[in-house]
Amino acid sequence: MSFSHNTATSHEAVEFKGRMLTLSVLRLNTADINEIGTLLASKVQRAAEFFRNMPVLLDVAASGVSLPAVIQILKQHGLVPVAVFQPDAEVASAAVAAGLGVINDPRAAKQAEAAAAEPVETGNQVASASEQPETKSEAVQVTADAAKVATKVVQTPVRSGQQVYARGGDLVVLGAVSPGAEVLADGNIHIYGALRGRALAGVQGDNKARIFCSQLGAELVSIAGCYKISEDISARVSGRAVHVFLEDERLEIAPL
Amino acid sequence: MAKIIVVTSGKGGVGKTTTSASFATGLAMRGHKTVVIDFDVGLRNLDLIMGCERRVVFDFVNVISKESNLKQALIKDKRIDNLYVLAASQTRDKDALTQAGVGRVLEELSEDFDYIVCDSPAGIEKGALMAMYFADEAIVVTNPEVSSVRDSDRVLGILSSKTRRAEKGEMVKEHLILTRYVPERVEQGEMLSVDDVCEILAIPLLGVVPESTDVLNASNSGLPVILQDESKAGMAYNDLIDRYLGEDVPHRFVQAEKKGFLNRLMGK
Repeated sequence: MSFSHNTATSHEAVEFKGRMLTLSVLRLNTADINEIGTLLASKVQRAAEFFRNMPVLLDVAASGVSLPAVIQILKQHGLVPVAVFQPDAEVASAAVAAGLGVINDPRAAKQAEAAAAEPVETGNQVASASEQPETKSEAVQVTADAAKVATKVVQTPVRSGQQVYARGGDLVVLGAVSPGAEVLADGNIHIYGALRGRALAGVQGDNKARIFCSQLGAELVSIAGCYKISEDISARVSGRAVHVFLEDERLEIAPL
Repeated sequence: MAKIIVVTSGKGGVGKTTTSASFATGLAMRGHKTVVIDFDVGLRNLDLIMGCERRVVFDFVNVISKESNLKQALIKDKRIDNLYVLAASQTRDKDALTQAGVGRVLEELSEDFDYIVCDSPAGIEKGALMAMYFADEAIVVTNPEVSSVRDSDRVLGILSSKTRRAEKGEMVKEHLILTRYVPERVEQGEMLSVDDVCEILAIPLLGVVPESTDVLNASNSGLPVILQDESKAGMAYNDLIDRYLGEDVPHRFVQAEKKGFLNRLMGK
């Protein structure tokens, strides 16, 4: 939802507009607040830049966890809870009390998208939050539908210690990725220089994502969480132009 | 307005202070009014290499904390006109360097000088960040080995994100100086080559300084190596000053010297 400020033509000082957004859904499968804290800490630590100030939609239906406690622990880790997803009455009132939005039916959001020009009810966050089937047994799971949005283009070399993340889309690096640097994308990663650092594509779980580079010397390549470190990369492909992709959940590296 | 040049590397012991001393001396020898500042508060060395350690009365930290004025703290070089040294304080630590204070001193120096050379301490902590924050240009000193190259790469990343120019959306102009280079060891595959380092760091090469015992002797005697005409390292620094000032000077000392028949016979 966005407020647009219109000075010339509109007679209204504020305007409500419907808008499609992609939000990460945080599903909690346990009421154990300590366990949630520990798991969140380990996830956030792995990609601090990625999680910083990330808005999340809470799905607490199955857990029976105390909402204020969850909100507090999320904020501690730098996440920003914006709404609860399909809550029961008790959680819904707790959410309202905590200043969060309530989202009841994903279809409502879809309809809102179709009628984007029409005003949207206050208090409802417009979001496309697709549910994904539960596969892992982890108590905390971050899922999202990685809608492909703008491609991020980096024109300078990515230096040691730098981290570049293309949220929601592809990443194109025109220079080299140095040892000790890390590039991440929800979609594909294209590197036109040498890849000497770490490249992680499909970090939100897109197993169709690929990594392309003109000279492979990576410390690590990963797609949707499946990774290979430099020791495991065959000498046959190292130093060559390659693409990296997932085939039957196995990470394959093939010359271009 | 003076041009502010930071000499930095990330890693310690690669030749930052040696380079700062020779670079500043070289600029002054060519008629540019130059000051070289030691940012390594607590571990000051530049005064030794410049040979003015007995003449330090007030230092950089004194000026920042307004305990003395610039005139009192600037040490005029005895050999070269136009060359001044601002020593670091040995008794304080890096916290004495405040951004506002450093900025004020550099601004004051800018009015009088053509070049301000900032000798950065090793690491990427406060002293190093302060040395590079106000820089217009950066000289990155690297040894031909992987850890030094990686640290330089890290520093280049910081230069493009945490400097005043970066905050204004401008670039800090970057120069690479490769020091302690031994062409023979490169040929034997024991050392990274100039091309290897340039490929990884992807910034323009200003000069290659060969490994030389003259550098240690120069430090011990308090005479910047650029003043030793017979020394290869000194010649390399002279070349790179000319190159910096816009002359087209070919790179020397990057190829292994061919051994003559006699030398080979003698096993030298």
